[in-house]
Amino acid sequence: MKSVIAENLVKTYDKGRVRALDDLSLDVEEGTVLSVLGPNGAGKTTTVRILSTLMRPDSGSAQVAGIDVIKNPEKVREVIGLSGQYAAVDEILTGYDNLVMFGELYHLGKKQAVLRANELLERFSLTEAAKRPIKTYSGGMRRRLDLAASLIVKPKVLFLDEPTTGLDPRGRQEMWGVIQELVKGGVTLLLTTQYLEEADQLADEIAVIDTGKVIARGTSDALKKQVGGERLEVVVEQTHVAKTMEIVSAVSGNKATLDEGLRLISAPVSTGSAALFEVLKALDSAGIHALDVGLKRPSLDDVFLSLTGHAAEEKKVEVAEKKRGRK
Amino acid sequence: MSAVNDIAIITRRQLLLLTRVPEVLIFSTIQPVMFVLLFRYVFGGSINTGQPGGYVQLLMPGIFVQTVAFTLAGTASGLAEDMKKGLIDRFRSLPISQSALVIGRTLGDSLLNIVVLAVMGTAGYVVGWRPSAGLGNVALGFLFLLLFGYALSWVGVLVGLSASDARVVQNVSFIVTFPLTFLSNAFAPTTGMPRILQYFAEWNPVSTMVAACRQLFGLKNEFGATAGSFPSEHPLTTSLFYIVVIMVIFVPLSLRKYRRSVD
Repeated sequence: MKSVIAENLVKTYDKGRVRALDDLSLDVEEGTVLSVLGPNGAGKTTTVRILSTLMRPDSGSAQVAGIDVIKNPEKVREVIGLSGQYAAVDEILTGYDNLVMFGELYHLGKKQAVLRANELLERFSLTEAAKRPIKTYSGGMRRRLDLAASLIVKPKVLFLDEPTTGLDPRGRQEMWGVIQELVKGGVTLLLTTQYLEEADQLADEIAVIDTGKVIARGTSDALKKQVGGERLEVVVEQTHVAKTMEIVSAVSGNKATLDEGLRLISAPVSTGSAALFEVLKALDSAGIHALDVGLKRPSLDDVFLSLTGHAAEEKKVEVAEKKRGRK
Repeated sequence: MSAVNDIAIITRRQLLLLTRVPEVLIFSTIQPVMFVLLFRYVFGGSINTGQPGGYVQLLMPGIFVQTVAFTLAGTASGLAEDMKKGLIDRFRSLPISQSALVIGRTLGDSLLNIVVLAVMGTAGYVVGWRPSAGLGNVALGFLFLLLFGYALSWVGVLVGLSASDARVVQNVSFIVTFPLTFLSNAFAPTTGMPRILQYFAEWNPVSTMVAACRQLFGLKNEFGATAGSFPSEHPLTTSLFYIVVIMVIFVPLSLRKYRRSVD
């Protein structure tokens, strides 16, 4: 069953001048994680805002947990959790106050709200900081509290909009750990990110979006295959470059390419480690000592580049999106 | 009745904020108390009021009205801040009554007004303010002040939701409230103003509010250009009319703006 379905969503800003979503369609299978991956301004936040009832599309339709987002936003709000790009918790209140307040707003009643708040604080390792105002929290703690707030009533579908943007590497690792725990619990998750590595780590499936459209989707592996298989890479001393080019080309059966600055010779291979072994042997008998040698699977960066023809770059839509978000 | 419950929770949040950041409460009372003292001792000596008890009797209703008028700025900047932090998005994604957040905020800001008015009243008493009317009328006067503040906080909702930046909100609210409170009878009699200004000043809701409070506190009102007209004769009714008009216009506008604020 599909927990999230978006069909032909169109959304424009600035009286049609900026097309944030351009016929975007996607879906998420129940109990799985879909990562919407794209550069700034690709339409990620707009997609999440529409699916979480914060915004209406100009056209198109969307369902979350079988409920129509446009016709029945109130019902949708009962089954979703949302954690946005900005940690949306009250800075002045303590972590505990925040969670109790949101629990009460979910109509849990004071007693249940308190229980649930303590439970979540414990689970997200915030018990010690519970009675401190949020403004004393680190970026990572804020995001965790924000995530906790979106989990007060166990949501059927969770939306996380760039959950680690702006966090330092440690905060990012912590957040990933927390999200992976959640996923084990079987929540349906739609997560946006501009970090290719993040999508790779957390998602079952990835939808790559660019200029408001899904341009590719599939598992991380499938996407990488689409770009091409493994590449064999060898780094040698300058004097051996020409000979090594010959060897690599011969073994791979493909023309080797050279990165002159790095003295890195590479070529696509289909036989994996066998090719690696053969190259090493050939280099050895030619008396060439390789400085570095390895098989490289394509990164999602490569995926993005080959799909869009440009590197993941920022677009002007982002500016409009941010502006709207603050209004 | 879950909407009422939601509103109550949001209102409580406002009050919780006050206990967590006592500075807000301290500074929202220091400023009006400072005004009381400054006006009382700087102008009090040179303005001849012709009323028993001196300038402070006239001044206090003026400062009360000015203070509740600034509720507009408080509500506006509070909401703008919530928008900026993304907090509004969080509230809007919850299964709660969509107007609860704004209604709760306006109510919370009014409760703050109760505290501020109490502190000011006490300060006024210390420097010689003695309303000559009965307790009932004085209480009615304060009720009127709270109502006026409440109506203006709905204007603040619209300002707060419309502005693109929290700093703009401060400026806009200031530009709206400052001329309104000074182009009035709040601090000096309107009779000294150019005649053209007198018309404006005397029809100004701030002036009718001040006049209404003075009447309730047992003082005589002095009008210039509009003497004998309806607002001068019936400041209470006129003020009530203004309050209703403000609410009728700004409550629906603000709620509509809130519902569409992110579309």
